[in-house]
Amino acid sequence: MKHDLIERNLGILLVLTMFAISAGGLVEVIPLFFIKETVEKVDGVRPYSPLELRGRDIYVREGCYLCHSQMIRPFRDEALRYGHYSLAAESKYDHPFQWGSKRTGPDLARVGGKYSNEWHTQHLTAPRSLVPQSVMPNYPWLVKTPLDYSDIQLRMKALRKTGVPYSLTQAEYDRNVKDFGPDVAKSLHIPDAEKNLIAQAQLGNYDGNPANISEMDALVSYLQMLGTLVDFKKYDDDYFVKFR
Amino acid sequence: MSQENKNSVQTTGHVWDDDLQELTNPLPRWWIWGFYITFTFAVVYWLFYPAWPIGGSYTKGVPGFNSVTYTATTVDGKQVKKTTHWNMRSQFMVDMNELTALQKKYFDKVASMSYEDVSKDAELMQFVNSAGKTLFSDNCAPCHQAGGQGKIGFSPNLTDDNWMYGGTYDQIHTTIEGGRRGYMPPFSQVLNDEQITQLANYVLSLSSEPHDPVAAKAGDALFHGEGAACYYCHGPDGKGKIQLGSANLTDKIWLWANIPADKTQEDKVNDIKNVIYNGLAKGVMPNWNVRLKPEQIKLLTVYVHDSLGGGK
Repeated sequence: MKHDLIERNLGILLVLTMFAISAGGLVEVIPLFFIKETVEKVDGVRPYSPLELRGRDIYVREGCYLCHSQMIRPFRDEALRYGHYSLAAESKYDHPFQWGSKRTGPDLARVGGKYSNEWHTQHLTAPRSLVPQSVMPNYPWLVKTPLDYSDIQLRMKALRKTGVPYSLTQAEYDRNVKDFGPDVAKSLHIPDAEKNLIAQAQLGNYDGNPANISEMDALVSYLQMLGTLVDFKKYDDDYFVKFR
Repeated sequence: MSQENKNSVQTTGHVWDDDLQELTNPLPRWWIWGFYITFTFAVVYWLFYPAWPIGGSYTKGVPGFNSVTYTATTVDGKQVKKTTHWNMRSQFMVDMNELTALQKKYFDKVASMSYEDVSKDAELMQFVNSAGKTLFSDNCAPCHQAGGQGKIGFSPNLTDDNWMYGGTYDQIHTTIEGGRRGYMPPFSQVLNDEQITQLANYVLSLSSEPHDPVAAKAGDALFHGEGAACYYCHGPDGKGKIQLGSANLTDKIWLWANIPADKTQEDKVNDIKNVIYNGLAKGVMPNWNVRLKPEQIKLLTVYVHDSLGGGK
């Protein structure tokens, strides 16, 4: 009897159990890899610059995702508060994505440009000094801690292996120039990562202190670009309907 | 089958340890029916909604069963009616269309009427106040605080009569639309400590705060001289210039130095010295034309001007 065979062989039982419980998920997920409309065709989305990438890593390190989502759903109330709903294309270079579903704090998918750099610096250091009712913890060490970017090239190389188009060779660089334009392509070139990171931090002066590059510089540079890459004024307001 | 077997529970026939048996009770009838109903539901669902993947695409619901019609706005501002299969994003268009229709008569009025006429229209002002409060809470309150009272050292008070960049409707509109960027150069390289102390005393004298009159007199000369040239931005009378957003130094309203909170004359002098030493590279307000629609900016202008009590 076959039942007997399964129940008396732990290995077979294990494999078949795993297949049975993953079937539901696989049926939902696998087609998305093949459906052409999953990731919208849209201009402007690019991988993170080295400074933004370090900022994103700090975002993950500090566990911001535990209270903040980065995913505006196509609902009226969310659009009114946060802006245009998030596109799949906007997180195509995210590994891992930061969509989330837990909102103790507000969604941050389009926080870029909403506040000034000094607001972010002040607010991350002492949230209640600006938003009295906030329950967000203080992050006073960000502005004091110098940014460690010694391994930035390794971080970019790791992402390159997952398919993010950071360039190592001249051919890859040329492809990026073609895909993203010369300015963005430069910021994606791994051998120049430290140089680009320092330049962006000094030009942006995100933490208000031009003398050093702090973790605050990196995190604010990341927050300030969130959701700003796609220019929605270039598209009809129902352009993205056809991708669903 | 014997009578005895009919009344006892059926087993699979497996027996372990002499008397341990596996029963084969039938499933409850309500459960079985629930099971069939979910199957039926699934089939109906497939007819109405996107469901089955096929190659690079998927079934979008049988045409005609559950289509969605909405009005889209094209890049060049044309309104187009479209019908498509049901999906989250087309349903979202319908929801937004409903909202637009509800608010249209008010926003059309706000957009077409002059600021003064809007502020005189009591019914319209009810809409301005409620929509304005929401927009203000979402976008402005993080810096200017919930009631628009601002925060010393960070953002100006919007409820008083003092307007760095001007308090008329047009000036407030320009500020919201394009944002602002405050700047004062640092004087640490230009002036020595004694000179900065003299200037600080002069600045305090302008608003009748406690100060050292002798130092203030020397500061007066520096203020109007070409070395520091403070008058260039703050005006010869120290009242500031709206075109530059430079502070009025003659009133009792302070933004970058918390003079009212300082107990001693020495603290007041030091606070002002600090500003003159380091200058100000803050007071940045983002431009809201990228985030808000023109009619929303106009509505916020009226809200800030009329409802927060500014604009004098």
